[in-house]
Amino acid sequence: MPISDRLKLRLVLLRDAGVHLVLAAFGLALFCLLVPSIVVVVVTVGIPLLAVELPALRGLAELHRRWVERFYGIELPSPYLPAPPTGNPIVRLAYQSRDPARWRDLAWLAYNSTLGLAVWILAFVYGLFAVIFWWLPPLPLQHLNAAVARALLSPNRGWYLSERVNALSRSRAGALDESASEIRRIERDLHDGAQAKLVSLGINLGLAEELLALDPDQARRLLTEARQTSGAALTELRELVRGIHPPVLADRGLVGAVQALALAAPLPVTVRASIDRRLPAPVESAAYFAVAELLTNVAKHAQAGQAAVAMELAGGRLRIQVSDDGVGGAGLSPDGGLRGVERRLSAFDGTLRVHSPAGGPTDVVMELPCALSLPKTARSSPTG
Amino acid sequence: MRVVIAEDSALLADGLTRLLQAYSHTVLAVVDNAPELLRALSEHEPELAIVDVRLPPTFTDEGVRAVLAARRQRPGLPVLILSQYVERLYARELLADRAGAVGYLLKDRVANVAAFVAALEQVAAGGTVMDQEVVSTLLSKRNGLDGLSTRELEVLAEMAAGRSNAAIGARLHITEKAVAKHINSIFTKLALPVSEDANRRVQAVLTFLDQ
Repeated sequence: MPISDRLKLRLVLLRDAGVHLVLAAFGLALFCLLVPSIVVVVVTVGIPLLAVELPALRGLAELHRRWVERFYGIELPSPYLPAPPTGNPIVRLAYQSRDPARWRDLAWLAYNSTLGLAVWILAFVYGLFAVIFWWLPPLPLQHLNAAVARALLSPNRGWYLSERVNALSRSRAGALDESASEIRRIERDLHDGAQAKLVSLGINLGLAEELLALDPDQARRLLTEARQTSGAALTELRELVRGIHPPVLADRGLVGAVQALALAAPLPVTVRASIDRRLPAPVESAAYFAVAELLTNVAKHAQAGQAAVAMELAGGRLRIQVSDDGVGGAGLSPDGGLRGVERRLSAFDGTLRVHSPAGGPTDVVMELPCALSLPKTARSSPTG
Repeated sequence: MRVVIAEDSALLADGLTRLLQAYSHTVLAVVDNAPELLRALSEHEPELAIVDVRLPPTFTDEGVRAVLAARRQRPGLPVLILSQYVERLYARELLADRAGAVGYLLKDRVANVAAFVAALEQVAAGGTVMDQEVVSTLLSKRNGLDGLSTRELEVLAEMAAGRSNAAIGARLHITEKAVAKHINSIFTKLALPVSEDANRRVQAVLTFLDQ
C-alpha cells in the first residue's frame, strides 16, 4: 500500500475515533442524567426529564446502529415498539418502559459511557501515534465497541418473531380478502349466468311440451333454442371451472398445465421444466394462476415476439421465470396485475421480482417454498 | 358401424347408446373404466370407440392414456374422445402418431345430434374432427401457417372441425367449387405429397393442428 493511502486510512480511523469519542462523552453525560431521572420518576419530576432524555438516547442509539450497519455491511432494523396512539406523557412513558429495546439501549449506553469510552480514548490516542509513527501496526480497537453495539442494539429474537407475526397477519388478511371476493364473484357468475340459463331452459322445455300437439313448428323452435341455451350454460360453467381449478391442472399437474397455457397463448411460448413430481395442490394452483396472469400480461402489453417459461425446484423452493423479448417497462405499480400476483404469492411466503428496463427484455422471477409431497394422483369428483 | 363406448356417467352412456341405435349403428359394449375399455377393444375389434377423458378410478385423463395405449397396439383405430373441456395439449398427443381417425369433442356437441353423428362417421372413415374450441384457439395465434391467405386458413380450420366441402361453403358463404379451389391451394402451399384426397386432407389438418 502506498504511504499516502496508508496515511489517509489512518487519518480516517483517527477521525472516526474522535467522532465516537465525542459521542461517547455526550453519552456519558446523558447516562448521568438518565439514571437519576429513572430513580426520581416516582416523584413525577422524572417524567418531563425522561421525555427529553429518552428521545436523545434513541437518537444516539440510532446513530450507532447506522455506524454498525456500515461497519459490518449488515442491516440493523430499529427494534422499537410503535409509538402509543396517545399524547399522554405518562401513558407514553409506561409504554416505553415495557419496550425491551429501550432497556437494551440503556445497557449499551452504560457500556459505551464507561468501558466503551475508555476504548475510544485509547483508540484516539493510539490513532494519533499511528499517524505520526507510521511503522506502528493498526490496532483493531473499534472492533470491540462495534461488536458490543451490534449485540446490544440489534433487535432481539422476540422482535423478529413479532415482525414475522405481523407479516403473516397481513398476508393472511390479504388471502382471506382475496378468497372472500373470489367466492362472491363465483356466486355472482353462477347466479347471473348458468343458473339463469337453466331457468330459461326449463321454461322453454315446458312450453315446448305444451305446444307439441298444437303447434309442432313452434315447439321445434323452442327445442332448438333450449339446446342452444344448454350449450351456452355449459360454456359458462366450463369457463368458471377453468377459473377455479383448471381440469388440466388436476390431470397433469403444474408442468402439463403450463404447457397447455403455452399452447393456448397467442404468441409462441417455450416451456422448460425440471419438475418430475406433483407439488402440493395449493402451490400448483398459485403457481399456475401466476404464470397464467404473467402470460396474459405479455400478450396484452409487451408486444413480444416470443416468451419463455422456466420452472425448477431447488432446495424445496419452486422457482419460475417468465421472460419475453418485448418492449419492457413493466413494473410493480400499486394497482397493477403484477402487484396482484405478488400479493397472492405472499400468502405462500412467495416472492416476485421484476427486471424490465425500458426497451426490454422483461424477466419476472417468482419463488415460492413448497414442501414436497409424494408423487400421487389427484382425486376429484367424477365430472367426466 | 360397430361401436364400443367407455363412459362412466350412466345417463350419458344410455343417451349415446340410444342415439347410435336410432342411426342403426351397433353398440358392442359399454364400459365405465380404462382397463375394461382395453379389454373390450381387443375382444370386439370395433370400427369406432367413443371414450370419455375422465374415467374411474383416478378421474383425471385416463381415457386419453387408454386410447393412446390402444392405438399403439392397433394403429389408426378410430377413436372419438368426449370431454367436459378440451385442451390443445391433449389434441396434440392424440394426433402425434399422424394416423388420423381421431375425434376430440366437447360433450355439449352430442346435443347437436346430426352434426355429432356426421363427426362419428368422419372419424370412422379415418378423418380428423377437432372441437371448434381447439380450432379457434389456433386461428387466434399470431403466427399462422406461412404463406396461407386468411381465407385459406379459415377453410383449413373448418376442415379441422371435420366439415365437408359443402358444409364449409355454406358456413363461409362461398361455393363448393371455391372451397375445392382453396383446398387445392392449401395442399400445394403445405407441400403435401400427392396421394388420395382423404389422406391429404388428414395431413393438412394435422399440419394445421401441429403449429
